[in-house]
Amino acid sequence: MPKVIQVNQSVYAVNDAIADEVRAKNQEHHTVMLNVMASPGAGKTTLLLKTLDALKGEYRIGVMEADIESSVDADIIEAAGVRAIQVHTGGECAMDAEMTLQAIEEFHTENLDLLILENVGNLVCPAETDTGADKKVVLLSVPEGDDKPLKYPLMFEVADIVLITKIDTKPYFTFNEQAVIDNIRLRNKHAEILFVSAKKGDGMDRWLEWLKALL
Amino acid sequence: MHELGVVFHVIRNVKQVAEENQAQKINSVTLQVGEVSGIIHEYLTDCWKWAIKKEEILKESSLYIEPIQAITHCEACGKDYETVKYAKVCPFCQSENTYLLTGNEFLIKEIEVD
Repeated sequence: MPKVIQVNQSVYAVNDAIADEVRAKNQEHHTVMLNVMASPGAGKTTLLLKTLDALKGEYRIGVMEADIESSVDADIIEAAGVRAIQVHTGGECAMDAEMTLQAIEEFHTENLDLLILENVGNLVCPAETDTGADKKVVLLSVPEGDDKPLKYPLMFEVADIVLITKIDTKPYFTFNEQAVIDNIRLRNKHAEILFVSAKKGDGMDRWLEWLKALL
Repeated sequence: MHELGVVFHVIRNVKQVAEENQAQKINSVTLQVGEVSGIIHEYLTDCWKWAIKKEEILKESSLYIEPIQAITHCEACGKDYETVKYAKVCPFCQSENTYLLTGNEFLIKEIEVD
């Protein structure tokens, strides 16, 4: 006989339970985990390279590169002298907590001070899926435009810090700094907002300060 | 195109529920999807049809979607309004001090099993 089972739970319930497990494990190991999210080409890898350069002498850092395909980013990070692991999401548009849990177990992150997850380039899916990270870092590059927080509200709602990247290219684009702040504030009253250029170095000291305060 | 990813989450959840209830087969799954949850019903159904072929217990399972209307509450004047029609700004008093009451849901309501 067929029977109906009332479930009444969020689709993300199983994922969220695993995410809590990831957080508990990291806490036990005194590892801070960041989830870095942005659209493709916003400058995640460049920002990470400069960040690693500044911090790798002082802290033990590992980078988890999530992509649908290829190991381009992991190779770049390894070449910079930092431990990197490439995770393929198998067609899925974001890392989920189970993939993260598997990765931290294989990667032996217990010796790390900082574990950075560079998520799949995408402004939609990564915002929906809790990976178990302690802080969510969202990048928005100047060429993408100051209206993106209006179009992808959830991404900016979940952010702990928003980095406006490629600020050195501002003269070439119609990008209003006050407008981007206002658009983020509509959805998120508390996120830190910083303007940076990883390439030229502008604003990087404030970003590194924010990061070091977590470690 | 995040519907495929969320379909995997749904499948993982319902398989677990079926297992806990010693069910052999899942005949149908009913979801409740908010109007502004960002889920497109047609895509969700297409991804579902593709993904369940790989799952023995779900092979012939139907997917039912119940929409939930999005309603926003205005803190300034205390009124509620339709989110899809007016978005973030209250149509009664033009305040931006508003928050979503319902419409962001993405829930598994029930499953029918054998």
